[in-house]
Amino acid sequence: MQKKARYIDPDKCTACGDCAKVCPVDLPNEYDEKLSTRKATYKPYAQAIPGSYLIEKKDIAPCRQACPAHLNVQAYVAMIKVGKFKESVEVILRDAPFPGTLGRVCPHRCEKSCRRLNVDDAIAIRELKRFAADQVDLRELPVPDVTPREERVAIIGSGPSGLTAAYFLALDGYKVKVFEAMPEPGGMLRYGIPEYRLPRTVLDQEIDYIKRLGVEIATNTALGKDITIDDLLDEGYKAVYLAIGAWKPYKLNIHGEDKYENVVGVVDFLKKVHLRETTKVSGKVVVIGGGHSAIDAARVALRLGADDVNIIYRRSREEMLAEKEEVDAALEEGIKIHFQVAPLRISGSNGKLEGIECIRTRLTEPDTTGRRKPIPIVGSEFFIEANLIIPAIGQEPDLTSLSPKDGIEVSKWNLVVVNPATLQTNRPGVFAGGDVITGPATVIEAVEAGKRAAYYIGEYIQGKELPTELGEGEAMGDDWLDIPEDEEKKERVHPPLLEVSKRVNTFDEVNLCIDEEAAKEEASRCLDCGVCCECYQCVEACKAEAINHFDQDQEVKIEVGSIILSPGFDEFDPSIIDTYLYGKHPNVVTSTEFERILSASGPWQGHLVRPSDEKEPKKIAWLQCVGSRDIHHCANGYCSAVCCMYAIKEAVIAKEHSKNGLETTIFFMDMRTYGKDFEKYYDKAKEEGVRFVRCRVHSVSRIPGSDDLEIAYVMEDGIRREERFDMVVLSVGLEPSKSVPELAEKFGIELDNYNFAATSSFKPVETSVPGIQVCGAFQGPKDIPYSVMEASAAACSAACQLAPVRGTRVKEVPKPEERDISGEPPRIGVFVCNCGINIGGVVRVPEVAEYAKSLPNVVYVQENLFSCSQDAQEKLRQVIEENKLNRIVVAACSPRTHEPLFQETLISAGLNKYLFEMTNIRDQDSWVHSNDPDAATEKAKDLVRMAVAKANLLEPLPESEIDIAPSGLVIGGGIAGMVAALGLAEQGYEAHIVEKKDVLGGHARKIRWTWKDEDVQQYLNDLIEKVNNNEKITVHLSSEVKDVSGFIGNFVTTIENDKGERKEIEHGVAIIATGAHSIKPDEYLYGKHPRVYRWHDIDNLIAEKSDIITKKDATAVFIQCVGSREPERPYCSKICCTHSIESAIKLKDINPDMNIFVLYRDIRTYGPREDLYHEARARGVIFVRYSLDRKPVVEANGDDKLKVTVYDPILDSEVSIDADLVNLATAIYPRDHEEIAQMFKVPLNSEKFLVEAHMKLRPVDFATEGVFLCGLVHYPKPIDESIAQAMAAASRAATVLAQKRITTSGVVAYIDENTCVGCQGCLEVCPFGAITYDEEKHVCRVIPALCKGCGGCSATCPSSSVVLRGYTPKQIFAQIDEVLAY
Amino acid sequence: MSENGFQPKIIAFLCNWCAYAGADLAGVSRLQYPPNTRTVRVLCSASVSPHHVLKAFQKGVDGVFIGG
Repeated sequence: MQKKARYIDPDKCTACGDCAKVCPVDLPNEYDEKLSTRKATYKPYAQAIPGSYLIEKKDIAPCRQACPAHLNVQAYVAMIKVGKFKESVEVILRDAPFPGTLGRVCPHRCEKSCRRLNVDDAIAIRELKRFAADQVDLRELPVPDVTPREERVAIIGSGPSGLTAAYFLALDGYKVKVFEAMPEPGGMLRYGIPEYRLPRTVLDQEIDYIKRLGVEIATNTALGKDITIDDLLDEGYKAVYLAIGAWKPYKLNIHGEDKYENVVGVVDFLKKVHLRETTKVSGKVVVIGGGHSAIDAARVALRLGADDVNIIYRRSREEMLAEKEEVDAALEEGIKIHFQVAPLRISGSNGKLEGIECIRTRLTEPDTTGRRKPIPIVGSEFFIEANLIIPAIGQEPDLTSLSPKDGIEVSKWNLVVVNPATLQTNRPGVFAGGDVITGPATVIEAVEAGKRAAYYIGEYIQGKELPTELGEGEAMGDDWLDIPEDEEKKERVHPPLLEVSKRVNTFDEVNLCIDEEAAKEEASRCLDCGVCCECYQCVEACKAEAINHFDQDQEVKIEVGSIILSPGFDEFDPSIIDTYLYGKHPNVVTSTEFERILSASGPWQGHLVRPSDEKEPKKIAWLQCVGSRDIHHCANGYCSAVCCMYAIKEAVIAKEHSKNGLETTIFFMDMRTYGKDFEKYYDKAKEEGVRFVRCRVHSVSRIPGSDDLEIAYVMEDGIRREERFDMVVLSVGLEPSKSVPELAEKFGIELDNYNFAATSSFKPVETSVPGIQVCGAFQGPKDIPYSVMEASAAACSAACQLAPVRGTRVKEVPKPEERDISGEPPRIGVFVCNCGINIGGVVRVPEVAEYAKSLPNVVYVQENLFSCSQDAQEKLRQVIEENKLNRIVVAACSPRTHEPLFQETLISAGLNKYLFEMTNIRDQDSWVHSNDPDAATEKAKDLVRMAVAKANLLEPLPESEIDIAPSGLVIGGGIAGMVAALGLAEQGYEAHIVEKKDVLGGHARKIRWTWKDEDVQQYLNDLIEKVNNNEKITVHLSSEVKDVSGFIGNFVTTIENDKGERKEIEHGVAIIATGAHSIKPDEYLYGKHPRVYRWHDIDNLIAEKSDIITKKDATAVFIQCVGSREPERPYCSKICCTHSIESAIKLKDINPDMNIFVLYRDIRTYGPREDLYHEARARGVIFVRYSLDRKPVVEANGDDKLKVTVYDPILDSEVSIDADLVNLATAIYPRDHEEIAQMFKVPLNSEKFLVEAHMKLRPVDFATEGVFLCGLVHYPKPIDESIAQAMAAASRAATVLAQKRITTSGVVAYIDENTCVGCQGCLEVCPFGAITYDEEKHVCRVIPALCKGCGGCSATCPSSSVVLRGYTPKQIFAQIDEVLAY
Repeated sequence: MSENGFQPKIIAFLCNWCAYAGADLAGVSRLQYPPNTRTVRVLCSASVSPHHVLKAFQKGVDGVFIGG
């Protein structure tokens, strides 16, 4: 498995959120369906497990990749966005020592790779860097702490490369000395770049900063003259870095070049200007060249007083290497540039320069290098007068300072040869970088070389092996954050320039700094390509030191015996249906987005508002079946099974949230409320005013000048209506995620026609590969209860396979002996937690701790930075032992999350774990009163005082253990009962099946096919055989349950057979699977006419190919919802629609000409069963809808004919059908199980179905422990669901049996039999059946194994005989007493 | 409340499983509310008897909040 790096250690993270507070990267919050934002450092959602934060990273941002020195552009831009200018500079300083310089002169290759170019224009990265640098006075910035080293390094040359190497070596602790030939350090930065581009104050500050790190700079010390490489190495320098630049001008190689004093190379010219040797220029100046230095020379000459400055350049403007802004500025200042002009010869007389003869050129087509070559145009010669000529056509290193004795290899290009990876020359310990190895290049490239050289010099000195070749290096990748489709265009900032008139005679800086507002605005244009920008603000903010930005993805191998796949589903993306305006109008949202809007933790804290204007909507429409039952817009022919129910729920909740009477309308085709209690919810919603409109909406349109929307729809009456809504919710379907085919291929499992995992009805959680199970919506769209059920079923399947090895890898932790504290006076230790700054930042923790010392019996008080950390736990253990503490109070976060941790520590210190009291001064104090430290501190003191008061009265509580009988009793021998029993037996536990009838099989004996046409009888026979052959299963036929006693782990059930023989069975768990029946109706002539059938009757006709159905013109009528969804049985029987349609198709198979009518109220072929409905319609089955107030009428028409009359709402008339048969889909109801329910103390609902502990989260458990349910006694369901539920029940039951014994909590109720009057009030209120009544002594008694410690009994008892241990009245009163005791 | 400087003291009996968890969630969400409550955690609001309420008033609290 590939385990993604979290970058935050979940074991150290306390989920305080301080990291997210400082994170500058805002991203759409997926959990809120992108309706809100989150940070790159985030917790996926409030209840996420693990509860720690994590950091999202993508590949390194393209700007950072493009920078030769890989400056962290995204981070320093992000810092500017949030106004952290100092931090921005600190980020830059991590990679280069020249923020202000680079912010002015860098050619910003980064901007060319900026993905903002895909939207509008690149971020002005250089301007931002310069802005940040200008906000920070480097002199005030502290230098980092450095661990000094002994080794010395010599650097020759103090240009950008030399100084960068010095900077990084110094940061690494080396003693660095820089030797500089010129009077001042800086190299070309000082002597090459004119001051109006780079003010010397900026450069000086940056060099000073480097010096503050301990770097020594010796100026006026030239290589070859004052020092040699040998000298330096002899003096003990461990390495030398040669960074002497490229100062020797290229020759023009034209006549007259060397004849005149006033022909000055550009390097010399600029150097002399900076040395104040040249302070004035007069007359006409001609500069030759098209690069930066040509422009620089021209503009400098202008500023020194030249009358007329000309630049001649061989190519056109497009080919100029100088930046566009520089060229523009030069032109603005009045400099003339002659394009496509080449110099021919320089002339003068008497040693005095007169001018230059030039020739015009034409350009060839671009050659292979992409450059266009200038070709002189014969006859176009002309002459330009000049008093000063400055050739600026490039330069090379001046290597005269190196002597052969130095032994440094030089290339034919006159460049120093180095290993391209390490920058080491042929001479060990001598490195070279910058212009001296590349020829003239940019500052940032020089910086890169310096940084790299510093690294390898360090490696060299430490004796590490250096690479000999330049590796290819890892590709940095291009998986970046997607650019939002609706990213707004924003203009790039244009930095202000100094007025031309102020420029031409001063060296004042020309490019001015942008202002703060513009900088933040510009920085906010960044697209956060890399997501986390690695600014490391979180690292500083995290007091728990949990963050590790160098964490890496891991490949994890786990040896397993079984696999369960549950990767879930994707929601349908409705933007492909263009008529619904999703993604184009903010007030058209998906149902999931609407869920987030309704959620208290959602984007608007649960206030019902619409996105466009955040106003409360007055009218909302839901459109059903978006991306479901749709083969036109998508290929999702199936029903998504959950949308009807969630739409009703959303409408009901939205009405509850609305302050001003919200109108809700659900547009639907069939209302599919087929689940347990769903129909009642639907009925209730109608009563509460949710409007249901039966139609599929064609389109949603904008209403001009308004944020509202119009829905046009046609109902069954054919009339077109238009209606205005404030908001439209699209009930989107579930679909397999796009990655499913790949996943399926990896595991070799089969998928169905919709790419859901393929399973059979009889093995509903098993894939085509043995040992690989599935559960949840990966197998098909389904709701939470069924998903949870399947999850337990999959666990059952896996546990059966792994039964022989169950428990073999469990290790038990030895417990130290518990200290007897009886007779000891309370010695309380109070631990007050700072939780980093989460508590300590608001509550004055030292004051609270000091206060705690004054409380009674407190003998030890300690403050912790993080009480939950491992070392704090260890300390706690020691302190308990050393100080003989016998009561512990922790004032920290929530006992709900942390009490068990502290209790474990108490146990390891030999204390009973109930001698612990925790009070919450974080979640319920510092976090919620963060603006009021005084009040929060007072509250913390009160809470500590209350906790101490209770702690004084705490007593050790016993936990007892009860053995579990390792067997289960299953009541009911149908499919569900047998599968459940097998589930137990195959996991290794004894199972008893009690079946009322004399055969196993239940109703399944009459069922022929599943809806997928699988043979039920064959499956049933196999199942019965398996059950009979399993030696762990005992089948009790013709038997009924007569009596049940005991509780979880220790039931004793008495059964009686048809001969009146009684038997007692001891069992640890019970599973009720008594099934259900179909009603025999007294309507539609059932039982009165031979051709009126139900359920199995029609199956038999089909199996027998009866004449009734094979004859020509045979007509069958199916009537649905017979006895279901009526006031008497207000529920849907769930299986009837599928069964009738499946039968109709079978009839069509036998007799394609047969007339088949299905009279229905809503077709509820949920999930993939929708395919059947589709097929039936395609094959000519006619569906006629009827309503409850206008039911069909069936009349006899002789013995073999029937007349069925029904009102057809589409034809708007009565239709009369001459039928050969009528089949009734009669309701399913449970029967003969009420006594069993009573004996096991489990509840029934008003329709007599058994009620599970929690509909969604505990779908096969009861509130009564140790008792489980499955099959139709829970609710009508098809075979596959019964089997899954039975496996789930077996799985849940096995979780009890696997424990071997039950540990009861110490926090249980206790009844004082001396004062109990036996009123049984407690017995009545106990929801867990944990209290029994002793008939002889007339007192009540608690069964600790069943008590959940709610204390309801205690509050009920009129004689105060019941107390809840650990929360006794005395203890609670002590807390109440202390609330005001200050 | 703050107009005349009156700062009531309210005792809150909170069920561990719902209301106390809700109070924790308010914290996680950094919702701000007046600092006048003092929580007594109970394992079910059903365990809060009239005695608790009367005792609290007897002791002089200004309000009793039972969350469950």
